[in-house]
Amino acid sequence: MANEVTIRIGGESGEGTISGGDILALASARWGYHVYTFRTFPAEILGGPCMFQIRISDHPVKSMGDYADVLICLNKEACDRNVSELRHGGVLIYDPSDFTPETGDYVTYAVPFNEIARKQIQLFQTKNMVMLGAISGLFGPPPEAIVQVVQSKLSKSRKANATLMEKNLLALEVAKNYVTEHLSKADPYLLGPVERADRLVLNGNQAVVAGALAAQCRFFAGYPITPASDIMEGMAKELPLVGGTFLQAEDEMAALAAVLGASYGGVRAMTATSGPGFSLMTELIGLSSMAELPAVIVDAQRAGPSTGMPTKMEQSDLSFALYAGHGDTPRMIVAPADVADCYNLMILAFNMADQYQMPILFLTDQSLTARVESVDHSNFKPAEIQERQQYHLQTHAENGSNGASKNENALVSAGAASHGYSRYAYTESGVSPMSTPGPGAPVYTATGLEHDEYGHPNYEPEDHTAMMQKRFSKLETAAQVLPTPERYGDKNATIGIIGWGSTEGTIQEAVDRARAKGLRVALLHLKILSPLPDQTISDFIDSVQKVLVPECNYSGQLANLLGAKYGLQAIRINKFGGIPFTAGEILQAIEEVS
Amino acid sequence: MIQAVINPTPKDYKSEVKPTWCPGCGDFGVLNAAFRGLAGLKLAPDQTVIVSGIGCSSRFPHFMKTFGFHSVHGRALPIAQGLKMARPDLTIVAVGGDGDFFSIGAGHLVHAALRNIDITVIVMDNEIYGLTKGQTSPTSPTGHVTKSTPYGLMASQFNPMATALSLNVSFVARGYSAKPKELAALIEQGVKHKGFSFIHVLSPCPTFYKTFDAWDAATTPIPVEHDITDRSKAMLLAMETEQLFLGLFYSTERLTMDQAAHQLTEQAKPFDIGQYMKRYA
Repeated sequence: MANEVTIRIGGESGEGTISGGDILALASARWGYHVYTFRTFPAEILGGPCMFQIRISDHPVKSMGDYADVLICLNKEACDRNVSELRHGGVLIYDPSDFTPETGDYVTYAVPFNEIARKQIQLFQTKNMVMLGAISGLFGPPPEAIVQVVQSKLSKSRKANATLMEKNLLALEVAKNYVTEHLSKADPYLLGPVERADRLVLNGNQAVVAGALAAQCRFFAGYPITPASDIMEGMAKELPLVGGTFLQAEDEMAALAAVLGASYGGVRAMTATSGPGFSLMTELIGLSSMAELPAVIVDAQRAGPSTGMPTKMEQSDLSFALYAGHGDTPRMIVAPADVADCYNLMILAFNMADQYQMPILFLTDQSLTARVESVDHSNFKPAEIQERQQYHLQTHAENGSNGASKNENALVSAGAASHGYSRYAYTESGVSPMSTPGPGAPVYTATGLEHDEYGHPNYEPEDHTAMMQKRFSKLETAAQVLPTPERYGDKNATIGIIGWGSTEGTIQEAVDRARAKGLRVALLHLKILSPLPDQTISDFIDSVQKVLVPECNYSGQLANLLGAKYGLQAIRINKFGGIPFTAGEILQAIEEVS
Repeated sequence: MIQAVINPTPKDYKSEVKPTWCPGCGDFGVLNAAFRGLAGLKLAPDQTVIVSGIGCSSRFPHFMKTFGFHSVHGRALPIAQGLKMARPDLTIVAVGGDGDFFSIGAGHLVHAALRNIDITVIVMDNEIYGLTKGQTSPTSPTGHVTKSTPYGLMASQFNPMATALSLNVSFVARGYSAKPKELAALIEQGVKHKGFSFIHVLSPCPTFYKTFDAWDAATTPIPVEHDITDRSKAMLLAMETEQLFLGLFYSTERLTMDQAAHQLTEQAKPFDIGQYMKRYA
């Protein structure tokens, strides 16, 4: 019997569905299991249907699971909405005071959540504890695991008091005893003993914040937007503690403008937003690229267009990220696949921004922002910082100009330096050393106008041609050193899959399952989408007979890009309902083309 | 922190780039006043940044031998504020026109006022869109005929001074490009002021809206008895449109966000990822 269970909790927002799920995730992970969560929120602050799904296993989990093994319905609507996602032979848990489910291909357990909370504990808010007690009694993890988490959470809460703690723990115990006494277990799902392991439990947005701080980001400006606000809130709290500053901007244009201001001042800076805010930032992305100012911009994608579905997942900003802005505008795009990537690729993104002096777009999505994973400590190493190339007067003196920093009249020295300082100097790499305001630094004017190498406005055809080539050459320089994706799966595959973003684990699981069925499949998962690793992609395409491109968007944005760049006629798999793929869906697509 | 420089002269702040403005443009007067004001303050060019948006007047940074950031239309204020938050040691002056600050970037003015970040803004107001060749501006008078208002402007005229005062901007002054000496003094005061300084400058356009004579006639020094701490009186002076008062209208000292934010960092420690991640253990 697999030491694994996927539990889905369906309920009403505000009745502890999500908080109960979070406690379960933390308790399971601390007990030694691997966890992977998926949740949906309603747009409303209170009320509206929501669900929390958690896959708990003794081996690493890569996806949310095809179906729920266990469905806990906190009301009838939750049952109606979610029962189709319950596995054949799964378990449906309900409160008989709410409704009685129709009979189906599942085991049912009746647990009086409301009555236990209301009558026995006399505190209705303990309903989520009653639910957790029932889960613990029926499937695991042991109640001690949950008690530890509840104790540490409640002791940090402002509402904490002895009675509340007592009632919560009592609810847990009463519910656990209830299920062991009143129900006879008729399902196979039981989390057995597991080796205790020391893993971290966090979601994508939390890892982005950790990555930014580790990467020495010391300025953040942003505007609240779902599902990126947690990043802003995290940075607001943490930045002062490490010597940084924070600004809640009046809109997203101001947010990225402030970031460019800070970056001009030599400070690593970022913003985080979602599609609608990203749309507003477009003009500043152009400025960042033209004035060659480093910036990191997180786009936590959500379903669009327009306001779209703020709390739903979609991978539909790729085309926009690739081309956002008027004119030809070099930028780089990074797309993390999981929580560990949110940390490590964030560090990479800041290094890329400083090394190549351009905007770096970091595309997460709603499912990854809120996906809680258990991750090994080893994924969170101190950052290796690659600083931007600084222009120093010393360099200047070596170049033959008279910008001596020891001159007693600083004004004269800086002035003399400005004549000779070529901010946008043509170099082999395309990267020009940058001067940062401060004592002795040679002055220049950054500008969004086309300019010559000194930063002076210049509209001559030769100048514009050369400057365009210089700016774009940085992408070629970067492509030679940026990490390239590794092929996953069969070395001699006939079916190839090219994916991007948060779907990696799900696709890998589908590849594993297909290979177990004897199919020859391999995956190339792209995490840097600009510049693309041309050779790696071409070799991969050439090595297989067919290429599937699964994406959670309508138009097949990666497939379009691969078609345009490599002439690839991909088999497109598009899902655009606002929820991610399951591994089963990808597997089915693989089987259909086999 | 303002770094002293030994005996600078105004021309030490002049760059080798020749201004692109039409002959007679008011902005020349403002540029000269800026050279003078910065020299008066002995500002170190390598620690001074002039930030602008887009428009005739926004070419300003290119003509100055300081650090400069000539950005995009309307965004000079958020760029300047981000820079000051990150680098409070620098002196930052945002410059631009009425289009930049009262139309496309008007929203930013409100928040710059609320935050009171220590920057100075110099608005060169010519009551017309010059760079795009003569369309109406928020500060154009009602009924004004321009290329975009061929039947006369059917909107009210924006009052920059009254707006700044209503937002409780902590330093509000008005100058005139034809009086560069007085304007230089206002720029010196504005830069010295701790907080957001707003300097509205009447700066006529010789090509699309010739207001020289009208402004020569209407401008008059602010009454000597005016109390610069009295915001209501300042507001009355600002709402006067027959006479255009020049000088410092209002000044008050209050918390600046850049100072407050940096006070928060006083106990800062180096980031330690191992320590930080314990919260997720």
